[in-house]
Amino acid sequence: MGEQSPVLEMTGIRKVFPGVVALDGVDFRLFPGEIHALMGENGAGKSTLIKVLTGVYTIDGGQVRLGGEVVHINGPLQAQQAGISTVYQEVNLCTNLSVAENIFIGREPRKFGRIQWGQMRRRASELLARLDLNIDVSAPLNTYSLAIQQMVAIARAINVPTAGPAATSATGTASGTGTAAGGGAKVLILDEPTSSLDASEVAQLFAVMRRLKADGVAILFVSHFLDQIYEVSDRLTVLRNGQLIGEYRTAELPQVKLVEKMIGKELAALEDLEDKAQRSRERTAGAEPIVEARGLGRAGAIAPFDLTIHAGEVVGLAGLLGSGRTELARLLFGADRADSGELRFAGKPVTLRDPQVAMKRGIAFSSENRRTEGIIGDLSVRENIILALQASRGWTRPIPRRRQDEIVEKYIKALQIRPADPERPVRNLSGGNQQKVLLARWLITEPRLLIIDEPTRGIDVGAKAEIQKLVAELSDGGMAVLFVSAELEEVLRLSHKIEVLRDRHLVEELQNTEGVDADRIMQTIASGATS
Amino acid sequence: MTSLLKNRLFWPAAILVVMLVVNAFTSNQFITVRDGHLFGSLIDILRGSAPLLLVALGMTLVIATGGIDLSVGAVMAISGAVACLLIRDLSDQNSVGPVLLIMLVAVGVSLLAGLWNGALVAVVGIQPIIATLILMVAGRGIAQLVTDGQIINVQSGPYATIASGFFLALPVAFLIAAAAVVLITLLTRRTALGLLLESVGGSPTASRLAGIRARRITVMVYVVSGGFAGLAGLIYSANIKSADSISAGNLIELDAILAVVIGGTALIGGRFSIAGTVLGAVLIQAMTVTVVAVGVPSEATLLFKAVVVVALCLSQSPVFREKVFGRFTPRPAARAEVPAS
Repeated sequence: MGEQSPVLEMTGIRKVFPGVVALDGVDFRLFPGEIHALMGENGAGKSTLIKVLTGVYTIDGGQVRLGGEVVHINGPLQAQQAGISTVYQEVNLCTNLSVAENIFIGREPRKFGRIQWGQMRRRASELLARLDLNIDVSAPLNTYSLAIQQMVAIARAINVPTAGPAATSATGTASGTGTAAGGGAKVLILDEPTSSLDASEVAQLFAVMRRLKADGVAILFVSHFLDQIYEVSDRLTVLRNGQLIGEYRTAELPQVKLVEKMIGKELAALEDLEDKAQRSRERTAGAEPIVEARGLGRAGAIAPFDLTIHAGEVVGLAGLLGSGRTELARLLFGADRADSGELRFAGKPVTLRDPQVAMKRGIAFSSENRRTEGIIGDLSVRENIILALQASRGWTRPIPRRRQDEIVEKYIKALQIRPADPERPVRNLSGGNQQKVLLARWLITEPRLLIIDEPTRGIDVGAKAEIQKLVAELSDGGMAVLFVSAELEEVLRLSHKIEVLRDRHLVEELQNTEGVDADRIMQTIASGATS
Repeated sequence: MTSLLKNRLFWPAAILVVMLVVNAFTSNQFITVRDGHLFGSLIDILRGSAPLLLVALGMTLVIATGGIDLSVGAVMAISGAVACLLIRDLSDQNSVGPVLLIMLVAVGVSLLAGLWNGALVAVVGIQPIIATLILMVAGRGIAQLVTDGQIINVQSGPYATIASGFFLALPVAFLIAAAAVVLITLLTRRTALGLLLESVGGSPTASRLAGIRARRITVMVYVVSGGFAGLAGLIYSANIKSADSISAGNLIELDAILAVVIGGTALIGGRFSIAGTVLGAVLIQAMTVTVVAVGVPSEATLLFKAVVVVALCLSQSPVFREKVFGRFTPRPAARAEVPAS
């Protein structure tokens, strides 16, 4: 390799939004045949940099060179033609169309204007075979798991035909590495591709990434899972507050140093939390039970289960994606109706017909789908925060504006929501801050049971630690918490008690004592036969 | 000055002012006092815009929830038909009490029509455009059944008052519409209704999980829309002193949607602006009056309106503004919000 020339070189990139400098003189390089991780907290400028690269934003300063020549990327189409393809966090394909259609949509093989369906299916199969995926390409995309949909999105991305020879000359000069005949993507951007995949699916994705890397594709990878970064990336670039912190070889930068560079402060907060959770694990005996579910279930969603949650207790739900974690949580909030069993809340039997009934009892639920089931993007931070409280008061009793401002100001401060502007539309906030807004929304309702589904998914270490700390504090204060997360470490760190789910059954309840670790839970998930 | 130009409502307001100025010069009476009442083309515009204003108000709320109500014109016809049928059979058409009661009945029927729409949308889950299309088509049929296919003429003083009467020197029709505007503004901005509406329009699923009874709110906006359409139908029919099931409220749904859109409420739901809708409705009516006043041949009036509307929509399109005003326009993120009324 040695001094190979970068396929992509960005220098002094500057992007300004009204009131915010999103990128301030950032440099970024990407070499052919490498996996390069872009690191930073929420709001550090990762997304902005990616959007600059994909032509969604135009830059206010700096230079982008592709294959040595200066380019001006003025739109997503142009980026694609230049050989830059992107797979976004949320798979944005048409799930009702077939796999083959999704891969070729907008560039179907045609003859005399007619689409060559046979050829399209054949080429789709070939393309997926390159990714070690043998599936029926004529089946609708929504019949496949999220992981496979992700692969299809990647197949689509690497299949981009670069523009004619004239245009390719800019990009096609250097490497001479053996990319597939007929061009294809030179630069592949994977923005949080793993956030909704389980472990084996992640492994599958990484295998694909390594194969593409061997083909000479330069991959820009964004993930909040540090382990994944260390597993798959060759180099990484760290951003903080829109500024470049540095570019490092992954193998030469210890994980602790990386986190420090990302959040710009020592890791004391995280360590502190560890102790705290350890200490509080013991205490739950004698507390009153808040939730007592007996044989509660819903056909097709979650098999009947028994569950008791005490005041001041954090109960973790562990299990693979699709094991019924979310379904269980939704039953306890009335988001879905139970069709069997009974539920007692604070000693009294309740039937949760809809969320409002649950809220009146003091149950709060923050959904895992932040964008579709959580925030209302158009509304301001303030409006999003007061929404649940207002809904429980009914429309005839508005919260006085002054009171709203007080509450909102208090929680923006307490949860460190950034930017600290209550009137900004919440859609303009980063993922972690949106999550904090949602937590604030529920905390002001002063719930007795807080159900949080994947509160830390897709958010950065700093915000993650803050949220975990908050959960620990809330439970210390006597709130019962049902904590759902795909990350076992997190569940282990926070929970007093862990409920393990497999195939829509609650298979085991583990007191989180010495000797219970991720391996132990994993075993249960894998075999499930112990209870 | 630039912040004024940034406002989405600047161009509609500017065009309205131009229309009024044109009117002031072309019509021989823009605003005068006669018999203690105000008269003139300005008053005509205010009076004439009342039905559209009422319908557009209801439409604003429906659109805020991400829906649409195509049946408003048909509901106007039903309401007028019911009122005229009952008034015709009165022994004394000029007695105030019974006429008032009949108007209440007609509005009640319209509320029921709205309830039907709301139930189809929120309970049965039919797409709003289809659900309200049913009543849009069937409603005129119902109105014709009520009137037996005839035009029912009435000679009721109290009834005619709501269209052509004056109170405190101002047209009653205008006062009714103004009261409705005030009522809805208070209802949505002094209570939490506006917030909940915008929330449901922004994301029904998220709203439900935040504990909002989205279904109830959806039904309610269609009921309100039906009620206002009914009121508009009464004013329309009182103006012509008869029930005309064919032309009452014909195509008014499109004008109402246009008024809402000109006012800056997006068809996808969410944020809405009552003030914008009022501006939009008055502007459309002013256009209609001005076209006549400046003597545009009647066969060209629709075209004239279309040209103005196209210009308006262009003036509000971010892409177009960017292209034309270039560096003078702010970046998309800083585009001025439509002021919440």
